[in-house]
Amino acid sequence: MEMTLTRWWNNKRFRHLLIQVILVGFILAGFFFFSTNTIVNLRRLGVPVGLDFLSNVAGFPVATSLIPIPVDASNGYLLLVGIINTFTVSIISVVIATVVGFIVGIARLSPNPLFTLLATTYVESLRNIPLLLFIVFWYFGVLASLPALRQSLSFGDVLFLNQRGLFLPRPIALPGSTGFLLIMAIAILGVIALAVWVRRRQALTGRLFPFWSTAGGTLLGALVLALLVFGRPLHLEYPQLQGFNFQGGFVILPELLALCAALGLYHAAYIAENVRSGFLSIGKGQWEAATSLGLRRGAILRLIAIPQAMRVIVPPLSNQFLNVVKNSTLAVAIGYPEMVSIFAGTVLNQTGRAIECIFITMLFYLIVSLVITSFTNWYNRRVQVVER
Amino acid sequence: MSSASVTTLPLPAPRKSGLLPWLRRRFFSSFGNGLLTVLSAALLAWVIPPLVNWAFVQAHFAYPPDVLSGLRNPTGADCPKDGGACWIYIRAHLGQFFYGFYPSAERWRVDLDFLLMAIGIGGLIAERVRGKKYFAIFLFGIFPFLAFWLLYGGFGLRVVPTAQWGGLLLTFVVGGVAIVLGPPLGILLALGRRSSMPLLATCTAVLIEIVRGVPLITILFMTNVMLPLFLPPGMNVDVLLRVLVGIVLFTAAYIAEVVRGGLQAIPRGQYEAAQSVGLNYWGMMGLVVLPQALRITLPGIMNTLINLFQDTSLVSIIGLYDFLNIIRVGNKDPNWLGYQIEGFVFAGFVYWVIGFLMSRYSARLEKRLDRDRHARKA
Repeated sequence: MEMTLTRWWNNKRFRHLLIQVILVGFILAGFFFFSTNTIVNLRRLGVPVGLDFLSNVAGFPVATSLIPIPVDASNGYLLLVGIINTFTVSIISVVIATVVGFIVGIARLSPNPLFTLLATTYVESLRNIPLLLFIVFWYFGVLASLPALRQSLSFGDVLFLNQRGLFLPRPIALPGSTGFLLIMAIAILGVIALAVWVRRRQALTGRLFPFWSTAGGTLLGALVLALLVFGRPLHLEYPQLQGFNFQGGFVILPELLALCAALGLYHAAYIAENVRSGFLSIGKGQWEAATSLGLRRGAILRLIAIPQAMRVIVPPLSNQFLNVVKNSTLAVAIGYPEMVSIFAGTVLNQTGRAIECIFITMLFYLIVSLVITSFTNWYNRRVQVVER
Repeated sequence: MSSASVTTLPLPAPRKSGLLPWLRRRFFSSFGNGLLTVLSAALLAWVIPPLVNWAFVQAHFAYPPDVLSGLRNPTGADCPKDGGACWIYIRAHLGQFFYGFYPSAERWRVDLDFLLMAIGIGGLIAERVRGKKYFAIFLFGIFPFLAFWLLYGGFGLRVVPTAQWGGLLLTFVVGGVAIVLGPPLGILLALGRRSSMPLLATCTAVLIEIVRGVPLITILFMTNVMLPLFLPPGMNVDVLLRVLVGIVLFTAAYIAEVVRGGLQAIPRGQYEAAQSVGLNYWGMMGLVVLPQALRITLPGIMNTLINLFQDTSLVSIIGLYDFLNIIRVGNKDPNWLGYQIEGFVFAGFVYWVIGFLMSRYSARLEKRLDRDRHARKA
């Protein structure tokens, strides 16, 4: 026991212990209070607790998914459908957001005032309006004013755009496709191996290798070979207007189109700001030093500027990716069947299993956040500047 | 590249001044730049004139005379479909957009609320006004209670249930409650997370990370669906209150992380100095650490609050008639079908102006704090 001059109730350790005991008491009491209430309420409503409802037949249709949905799909299967749809939206939107975001971000740094003005207007107007407004604007405003089925906008009779969505040709694999893919895969693996070898040799000996021409030649050769041996690998099935709808091809529903356009273009404004600050963070001395070494502009960008900018850009960028996944939940507003809309919406309402549905939904997003955050932390550790 | 001997390079040509060289330098310095200029100009020429034409030149603002003299209500038929925007639609719905379903006879209470809020905020942010402390006390201490009484009623005023609140009013209520309650709760959470008590630190960290890890909608779903289950049977919680619990929790968790960053940036010496002059925990935090931490995190806090104000639009998914939702209701008005673009543009404009003003204020505040710090250093 240490000697103290303070009274025992003023002792820091005692106080900390007391506060934490009270805290635990509160949490336990709260838990007890809430859970007894919940049990009473659920019994009154006649709703059982458990995960058994996942294997029950859901009995409601889901508009779209990358996987086939049987008529008697279970609630658990629809959960999977929701997760797949969430990832579909997220991945498409992330690609749009990254491409547009990098273009706009670099445009804001351009010396051309007109181009900068356009980019600044884009960023400043989108960052100050709610995403939900942007989504409903795209869905009820833009896509609702598309032409009807008969007056579809046609792009070379290959793509059709109308109120029912975007109709695309569907690729159908022909018999030789496996062999074709095999040859191409071998060629790509070879090129990757070559890239590794070239880099390592250049780092060790400084000798250069004509990588791009070799790689291009290899891929082209493989393509010609594969075509000669196996013939055309796939056949495109074009959508054709027959009766009251298009037959053949496949359709991207207007909900998905609106959601991807809105999410992608909205987050692009945020990514543009990250890209801009990434490039601004590179000291002027870096450009000058690289120039004085005699590097050309392209080489400076590739070897000096982009690697340093990426160190600043990637952490907020991955945070934006996480935001895209989270914000894809706004699909509820326009009825695209993703995770929240299917599971925390329809399944919850049909089964009344509020606790299980909300818990599973939150768990899913927590896992996604955890995965993306751990990637960011790993990247940060990897690219950290090693100081002496 | 060059010979080994010292060569004298020609001096760079002096930069020509004047309008034409400037134009050439900025717009046509190279082929690529020239192409960009042409493409940008083409894009502007393609977008701006039709937009201006739609929104202003050919737009319809004025009521027809018989509507003005009160003989009938305006309808969509008052807007000829000639390619101009129909702002009459907005004008006819303005009351609904601002007050929702708040009874017309009681709308003066909302107006009074907005006026009081404007006075409070104006006094707080105007540079020349003195006594900012009193404005702050009014705005954060008195005004919320006063506003609630005015809006809800009781004590001599007719009660207006929250189900009738709507429009911009509801957006301001949700945003305002989150802005007033979120930061203090967030600061407490940040202090809890940085606490030396392991149990407290773990509990707050778990709470913050869970709330930050899930989308706002799931939190709103949770408070909306699960709160009634958690409470004793028969205890009915107002939908607005359930939503507010979720939004405040969400704001607090985000602010907690911003503030934690600030707390970590304060050097250890500050903590130790505060302890060595005999301050207890709250003295150390309240008088020494937090003032410095909040100063450096102010931009981050403001940013969170600006984003939050936009996120209030999510309450429409729970079925509240906030500004965005009431505009969507207006868009479905059978007398005014086909004017949804006008509705969305108006909504975007209002949100944009509010967000823009908030970010301007934040930038100014940041600059002023920066100036203060430099002034003290000098």
